[in-house]
Amino acid sequence: MLSYIDKIKEISSRLLKDGTVDMIIGFRRGTVPMMNEPHFAKTTGDVEQLVWDSNCGINLANYLANRTEKIGIIAKGCDSRNIVTHIIENKIKREQLTIIGVPCKGMIDKRRINAMFDGEILQVAENGNTITVSGDGFEKKLEKDDMLQQNCRLCIHRNPVIYDELVAEQVEEQQDIDRYADIREIEALPPKEKESYFTDLFSACIRCYACRNACPLCYCPTCFVDESRPQWVGKSQDPADIKTFHFLRAYHCAGRCTDCGSCERVCPVGINMRILTRKLEKDSFELFGWEAGLSMDVRPPLDTYKPGDPDDFIK
Amino acid sequence: MKIVKIDKKTWAAGIEKLTASYRLFGPVKEGDFHNFKELGSGEAPDLDCLNTRLSAKAIIYPQSENMFEYSLDESREDHHILKEVDTDYSPRAVIGIRPCDAKAFELVGLNFDTSEYKDPYWIKAREATTLIGLACSSPGSNCFCTTAGCGPFHEDGLDALVVDTGDHFLAKILTEKGEQLFAAAGWKQEAKAAGKQIEALKQEAEAKIASSVNTDNLSALDTTQLYNASFWEDVSFSCINCGTCTFVCPTCWCFDIQDETHGNSGVRMRNWDSCMYPLFTLHGTGHNPRGTKLHRVRQRFMHKLKYYVDKYDAGIQCVGCGRCVRSCPVNIDIRRVCELMNSFDSEKDTCAA
Repeated sequence: MLSYIDKIKEISSRLLKDGTVDMIIGFRRGTVPMMNEPHFAKTTGDVEQLVWDSNCGINLANYLANRTEKIGIIAKGCDSRNIVTHIIENKIKREQLTIIGVPCKGMIDKRRINAMFDGEILQVAENGNTITVSGDGFEKKLEKDDMLQQNCRLCIHRNPVIYDELVAEQVEEQQDIDRYADIREIEALPPKEKESYFTDLFSACIRCYACRNACPLCYCPTCFVDESRPQWVGKSQDPADIKTFHFLRAYHCAGRCTDCGSCERVCPVGINMRILTRKLEKDSFELFGWEAGLSMDVRPPLDTYKPGDPDDFIK
Repeated sequence: MKIVKIDKKTWAAGIEKLTASYRLFGPVKEGDFHNFKELGSGEAPDLDCLNTRLSAKAIIYPQSENMFEYSLDESREDHHILKEVDTDYSPRAVIGIRPCDAKAFELVGLNFDTSEYKDPYWIKAREATTLIGLACSSPGSNCFCTTAGCGPFHEDGLDALVVDTGDHFLAKILTEKGEQLFAAAGWKQEAKAAGKQIEALKQEAEAKIASSVNTDNLSALDTTQLYNASFWEDVSFSCINCGTCTFVCPTCWCFDIQDETHGNSGVRMRNWDSCMYPLFTLHGTGHNPRGTKLHRVRQRFMHKLKYYVDKYDAGIQCVGCGRCVRSCPVNIDIRRVCELMNSFDSEKDTCAA
């Protein structure tokens, strides 16, 4: 994927020069290992700062909502599905966008790599499928395929579903992926154990709301946890309030989530809240045969009614 | 100032003795991260921890803290009267706090303990707390304490500074609170000549700090011009307005007060607030002077690196612990922003007012 950057820069410069777009949304090199920063380029000079590697896990569709410029946006498979969702939900107009599609081979899991080493990681270099991690007195080579974020390991839409330019040949989609093995295990737990599983899952939450704010779906003008007239949710570290936030937020994403993994990636305390969104994704698929963001022409299942919709939850 | 030598074999026994007179807190590994926790009996602080994920701030200034309680039951004589809650201010000690986190309490004190205003909760907790620091012999790559008014062997805010020499610990006793704690632990073997050794280790550690900020020009800058600088759009673009930077920061002090009522009784509490949040400084009218992302991001950096500098003349409101650099989900780096601010030239800034 490293070779993509030349093409990304070439396309970006062209689009800016010929006035097709006012800005390009992409990534620039981060200041710590395994981090890149979402970045906009408005001049061909700015374009030089753009980077592409396996540390571009933030979903850039999150930076589109309600913008008025003509935008060129670099989009992986998941970003492109969230762009589709944004268009369906009227958060951005298709005509405003020039989508620079990136066939994606997955992003590396910085948290897992950090946890593998006792010493501080000072540099992570990428070459093809080899990730070289080094620090004071150690160097280790890892296979990138073994180090992917979980959502990337489970991804079945690596290629952008919508694009105007493509930076490389499409990549082969992963086959025979069982996306929901862990979800089925939790579904099978007795209620008490399920409750304690979720209590443990969210026990480290500091309510920074990074998961919500990194999510392209979370664009409500005022989030329910920020409503103050009247206030719906307590603000303390009470576990009931913390769980209320996570459960309700997940339900708001039902039938919309593309499992881009941004929420989990940005969590400063390492919570896998994707457990919730993936359960709803699984239900959307099983009940409605629905995968979010694949088409601009079909209304999402929770947005419409069909006589054949499943209703056996009504007892 | 006294220096005490502690045989590593007597360390655990000393810590155990302290539990008789202190509630002990220290860094403990939980999952992939270290955090400060109250230590149970037989539990030792993990001194191999580079630094904790969250700072030690919450030991004195909890994320959620009850201040008052009340009853709405009108059959009670004391209904609708706020009464102070019973809080445990018995002696507590933090073992293994890094010098940056201890220094941070000094910075926060400039706000919570002034001649004009006194925050009783913070002050009582601060007074109850003895801070036993652990000098950093191997600082992290994002630590920039030496240029943020602090350092790996910095002593401000600490009651004692423990230095790991490899064979044993050397401790500089810095205050009377420190004396008392060492007496309670039974660590009393004086090492009068060890000052030079500590000084040498200090210089070695300071030389390892590879990261820095320039702050020399901040106070001379015109506040309004800096506020209107064109770089804020670039700085704030990637920000998702989460509270991570402010919550991991040992010097962020903002809080929000809430009443929570259950049935007929309730508490008035305060919770950490964050300048990143949409409710922060939202007025009763619905107007918010910091209504956009750019406003909020600028507020955070202007507060730490300009308003604080101007108001207290005590340097920047940052100790260089590097937590926000490491934890920011989108890698906004205060060192980079500080450089943009410090080198700001209004003449050359096309968009400046």
